[in-house]
Amino acid sequence: MIEANAVSLTFQTADGPVHALKDVDLSIGAGEFVSFIGPSGCGKTTFLRTIAALESPTGGALTVNGMSPDEARRARAYGYVFQAPGLYPWRTIAGNISLPLEIMGFGKADRAERVRRVLELVDLEGFGGKFPWQLSGGMQQRASIARALAFDADILLMDEPFGALDEIVRDRLNEALLELWRKTGKTIGFVTHSIPEAVYLSTRIVVMSPRPGRITRIIDSPLPAERPLDIRDTPEFIALAHEVREGLREGHGDDI
Amino acid sequence: MRNLLPILTVLLAIVAIWYVAAIGMNSTWARDQAARAETRLSAGDLVIQTLTLERPVLPAPHQVAAGLWEGIAGQKITSKRSLVWHGWITLSATLTGFAIGSLAGILLAVGIVHDRAMDQSVMPWAVASQTVPILAIAPMVIVVFASAGITGLLPKAVIAAWLSFFPVLVGMVKGLRTPDRMQLDLMRSWSASRPQMFWRLRLPSSLPYLFASLKVGIAAALVGTIVGELPAGASAGLGARLLSGSYYGQTVQIWAALFAAAALAAGLVIAVGRIEAVTLRRMGLAR
Repeated sequence: MIEANAVSLTFQTADGPVHALKDVDLSIGAGEFVSFIGPSGCGKTTFLRTIAALESPTGGALTVNGMSPDEARRARAYGYVFQAPGLYPWRTIAGNISLPLEIMGFGKADRAERVRRVLELVDLEGFGGKFPWQLSGGMQQRASIARALAFDADILLMDEPFGALDEIVRDRLNEALLELWRKTGKTIGFVTHSIPEAVYLSTRIVVMSPRPGRITRIIDSPLPAERPLDIRDTPEFIALAHEVREGLREGHGDDI
Repeated sequence: MRNLLPILTVLLAIVAIWYVAAIGMNSTWARDQAARAETRLSAGDLVIQTLTLERPVLPAPHQVAAGLWEGIAGQKITSKRSLVWHGWITLSATLTGFAIGSLAGILLAVGIVHDRAMDQSVMPWAVASQTVPILAIAPMVIVVFASAGITGLLPKAVIAAWLSFFPVLVGMVKGLRTPDRMQLDLMRSWSASRPQMFWRLRLPSSLPYLFASLKVGIAAALVGTIVGELPAGASAGLGARLLSGSYYGQTVQIWAALFAAAALAAGLVIAVGRIEAVTLRRMGLAR
């Protein structure tokens, strides 16, 4: 689904080159839920953005669904969810979700049907006519996920989507996201800086470290697909979280 | 209604200060007249005289009010002494100039936001255009147009446009650039074309800024029109009314025209504000 081979990305800045990504090798299969975790500057967001063709790698090979990222974007291979909902204040929730559909040229009836379907998927039935400011932060972020789902991309790229929300809302949305992933079978790339979030959600956890941005460890999750919230108190979960923490420390070396 | 008391207090204070100033400034003339007639003025007479002079240095509020009333209600509106007629001449040129200026400002802003070369080349000229004193430019515009046989509304509208395009340009550039990187990235992730980005993101984002600068622009257009009327031979418009008033020392006429212009400006700004309120409410941007 997503194949990265020695992907590198170097930004030229006034202070010299910054190696945002160096020799990143990763293969993500269909239906996987892969989390990227690491301290800021480790290139996790940059890597997600290169998959989305919002940045271009300066070295290596990257394919998405067997295409170049740019072709994949034009083929609507992915939906992208940012940290902020980014809903247009002058459009209703339904209008916001229908925006990418309008841009992609879906017909009116089709748009309405899709909006209805994804609103149901994120549990926001009946809120289509509301304006964004009438919704809570968590609901707004759910609407933005619905918007990314509306055009049926196989891949969902999420860049710290719940980073700005409080922990209680975050827990609920994590649960809802897992449920949604099971129902839709999407491939999800998920950037986070929260260890419990990464462990709870993922089938695979990619630990990254900065200077240069690289992958230090890839951890397969032994947790079952069915994950109630209290799985976080099980020994398996705690052991996995510990492993991720080890990986993070390892990547840091003597930095901390 | 709670706001009424402070508003009235301020208004009364202004009127009171105005009366005192009128008495003070007109007293020299009243005393001179009395000295020439070799009569002595009592304090009461002095006050009455200073407030009823035919050509006072500073007319009293009631004189200006009477002048305004005379100019608006006391004439047929087709009369050349009617402030309504002169106001209409000024208003029509203002609105034409405002339309030209706003359109030019919006189009230039769109160009500046989308094209680097325009960004770097247009803005300095736009700024330079506003540093040229309009009083110096206005007569030249009138003369150039007149030599081409164009007189009346259009030359004045051009001067109005000259003043009103700038705030619209600045506000619109700012407004079109408000979408942040994330919103632009979202659009890119959907492979939106540049026109789609413009119509669906940049333009709606810019509307609050546009309206704020339209309010400045329409007031500037009125100033431009009045300045354009001054060298036009003083035949029509509120500017002409101001000029002929100063030719003949008709201070009441000047002040009446000034107040008419101020009321017109206030009305125009309020009108733009109403359109703004309705538009933003329809867009769901007003809470």
